[in-house]
Amino acid sequence: MSDVEKGQVMTANRLRDGDAVFLTRAGIWSEKIDDAALVQEPQATAALEARAAEDVKTNHITGQYLIDAERIDGKIRAALTRERIRTLGPSVRTDLGKQATGTAGAFAAVEA
Amino acid sequence: MYRYDEFDHQFVSERTAQFRDQANRRMSGELTEDEFRPLRLMNGLYLQLHAYMLRVAIPYGTLSGKQMRQLAYIADKYDRGYGHFTTRQNIQYNWIKLEETADILQALSDVEMHAIQTSGNCIRNVTTDHWAGAAADELLDPRPIGELIRQWSSLHPEFSFLPRKFKFAITGAPHDRAAVKVHDIGLRAHKNDKGETGWEVMVGGGQGRTPMIAVTVRDFLPEKEVIPYMEAIMRVYNLFGRRDNKYKARIKILVHELGAEKFKAEVEAEYAKHPAQTTEVEQRELTRIEKYFAQPSFEKMSRFAPHFENAKRENVDFARWAKNNLATHQVDGYTIVNISLKPEGGIPGDATGEQMRVMATLAERYSFDEMRVSHAQNIVLPHVKLEDTFAIWQVLKANDLAAANYGLIGDIIACPGLDYCALATARSIPIAQAISRKFADVKKQEEYGPVKLNISGCINACGHHHVGHIGILGLDKKGEEFYQITLGGSSSENASIGTILGPGFAAHEVPDAIETILNTYVKLREPGEEFLGAYRRLGPKPFKEALYAAA
Repeated sequence: MSDVEKGQVMTANRLRDGDAVFLTRAGIWSEKIDDAALVQEPQATAALEARAAEDVKTNHITGQYLIDAERIDGKIRAALTRERIRTLGPSVRTDLGKQATGTAGAFAAVEA
Repeated sequence: MYRYDEFDHQFVSERTAQFRDQANRRMSGELTEDEFRPLRLMNGLYLQLHAYMLRVAIPYGTLSGKQMRQLAYIADKYDRGYGHFTTRQNIQYNWIKLEETADILQALSDVEMHAIQTSGNCIRNVTTDHWAGAAADELLDPRPIGELIRQWSSLHPEFSFLPRKFKFAITGAPHDRAAVKVHDIGLRAHKNDKGETGWEVMVGGGQGRTPMIAVTVRDFLPEKEVIPYMEAIMRVYNLFGRRDNKYKARIKILVHELGAEKFKAEVEAEYAKHPAQTTEVEQRELTRIEKYFAQPSFEKMSRFAPHFENAKRENVDFARWAKNNLATHQVDGYTIVNISLKPEGGIPGDATGEQMRVMATLAERYSFDEMRVSHAQNIVLPHVKLEDTFAIWQVLKANDLAAANYGLIGDIIACPGLDYCALATARSIPIAQAISRKFADVKKQEEYGPVKLNISGCINACGHHHVGHIGILGLDKKGEEFYQITLGGSSSENASIGTILGPGFAAHEVPDAIETILNTYVKLREPGEEFLGAYRRLGPKPFKEALYAAA
């Protein structure tokens, strides 16, 4: 029986290069969704939102929003295909994006 | 060839400098994202799923070898070694960094290019027939009037904050390859008994979530009145176009809500207010612009090209490519070469930096240094000697550019879809690839004849699915991608919007569904009848039955 924990992850695009990034518990932005803080409690969600708003002001990120996700055996799976594609790169160019640089999420855009 | 004049030089340089400053101010925090977004969009810079995307304007899709080389250089230096040619005859780069964008704009301006007005609520890049100046059926080259509109609309203060984006398309041929009836304004050339040129003015066409066919508001507008008349249309739109709802803000909605007659009356009233003399185009200026697009110095040649005929006899692959990818030129001994950017299983419209350089070299050597980007995401060498086509084909073949599927089912239009685009609801490219692989055999494609298959990854319809003979629209159903199929669309002179056939399909079901549709057509067609004609005669019923009977 796999261990599944549902929650939300804060994501954004890095301002300078537009790369998809995810907010960690340490309050930094990682290119890897597996580093992200997965939260459930309103208080924790509010903390992520506050941190993201702060980092928008300091011009680190832009376009922040919360996504639904779950942690399965230690790996974070975004609920939407769109968000899984953001954790990987284009499904039609697997030589490019996070999937080519070792920062990919563990779940395919569409499970076969 | 389209070229900058001194005004373009000045404003493009100024704009590049302004953007560098704006981007720096954004990165230092002087500008917020809300302040910066409209500024970057005015310069064609979007934020997509994985990075920024830069859309570069290619007026009329016309490029010189030098310009194509610079696009290749940008692809290699600032992107990931490729670019995507779009349905608006532009090119997009998918992996752009904000901090490098000003350098890219500088590199573009070095070859008289830019990204101005490729986004935002302004008059966008003017598109024309990609065979302009070359097609045998052409009455006149549509690019001079396009250039006039481009110059007039560039940074036009009155039309820089329209209710919504605004697209012009122009054709100088009776057979419409520019999709003028599905643009905000479409112009089509006519000649009267005296041999004078006039333009049919069509307004309110469009695709997106509310597809509509344009209505004709003038049958024959004298050429010198084009700008003042366009001004009247733009003013009516600027005044009455809705700004309360983004989805109802295009001019097509205004034309629809007012009714064609009322809209036309408003335009004519506006037009009557301003004496045309004040802005009508002087013949001198038209003549100056026409010189930019003067025909190259063609050689006088025979229609019969012995080497070409021999090569076709000796090489069946070349013969097939020549049959499908060459089009009749105005001048004897010349032809139009259509380079398909749709190799089997490839990404429609993508070309590598190396492929761009190859095409640039071919254009320089064989086509008077000229290329065109077509709205079907292919590249055209417009003026090629028939006798040179075998040499060209060999180079294309060595560079994965010799797909012989021009105008066939493999020549698919597809938007970037959910693989790249922040607005998309489903992926388009994998569907295009799967269909392309299914119909890999060009002989099979030829049996189906001319078919336009267009795929969009969302309702915004960048992949022109509404006007595909077969259209595919990717949607999201509870987190799953699924695809709606429409039949009977057309973007040509007999334009029509496709009809949704029935319930959608999962991604893996789509290629079989397309085959079922095509086989139904083959079974029911009359001798010589093309797909679209057969559909129009038969209606959706037999296709529906074939598609959903098994389910």
